[in-house]
Amino acid sequence: MSDAPPLDAAARQQRFIQRFVGGVPHLATLGITYHGHGDDWAELHMPFADQQVADPDYGIIASGAIFTLMDSAAGFSVNVALKELLPIATIDLRIDYLRGPGPRATVIGRASCYRLTRQIAFVRGVAHDGDPANPIANMAGTFMINRPA
Amino acid sequence: MTSVALARALAHDRHGRLDMLPYARALDLRFEQDDDEVRIIMPFSIGLVGAPGRIHGGALAGLLEIAGLAAVIVAQPDPEHLPRLRPVTVTCDFMREGTPVETYAAAEVTRLGRRIINVSSRAWQFERARPIAAANINFMADWPEGLPPAR
Repeated sequence: MSDAPPLDAAARQQRFIQRFVGGVPHLATLGITYHGHGDDWAELHMPFADQQVADPDYGIIASGAIFTLMDSAAGFSVNVALKELLPIATIDLRIDYLRGPGPRATVIGRASCYRLTRQIAFVRGVAHDGDPANPIANMAGTFMINRPA
Repeated sequence: MTSVALARALAHDRHGRLDMLPYARALDLRFEQDDDEVRIIMPFSIGLVGAPGRIHGGALAGLLEIAGLAAVIVAQPDPEHLPRLRPVTVTCDFMREGTPVETYAAAEVTRLGRRIINVSSRAWQFERARPIAAANINFMADWPEGLPPAR
């Protein structure tokens, strides 16, 4: 018998997703971790790490690192909104950079899937460093849903 | 200033690594150039993978951004006097899946403004005419010593 208390369904799901996100190699490269999700949204965290920096003298975080964070959070929000695991692919993603994150801040990427059609999912979200009302970046995008024929 | 280190490499070498940028080092990026353009090369590695067997879209967006940055730097008239460059808007289209092979990217400066620089960047794998991803990037240029004279 293990000493750990039995996990309820929500905690088991939480642990499963943590492992799932932790198993995506490029998220591990940048140190991106799962934080939470709901019916149509998902949140990932990116604690500061040197490999995210595009310009060390100015401390500018690479757009590519924020893109990875937001693309994954958005894809995840589509997965939870679909309520079934279907293959999806990003069609396009636009990110506006509103300001730089605070020094060595954890960047939080939160995305929601606000509209689903049979073939297309529409997503939007923000990246922030603690206060969602004061975002670092704004994201909008679309995904293709590959349903079995 | 790192951009100067990058600008010097681009001004003096036909090819090399981009280790002066930590993010580019994490993606293992190299550059090669001829008289027409700078190409950025991203060798495949497991650390780039998103969905099983595919390169993560974020890594492709990152490659497109670095290709855009390199194109803006080589387009500057004086490599010793560079603005601080940061992307303001990035719009990325994903056209084909990134398969586990080497990926190339090159960008074109569509307008070299003093404050805003518009760039079109493309990435491909097997065939240049079949891009796997493309980005429109608008860079903001901050000049530490004030705006340069109009060209």
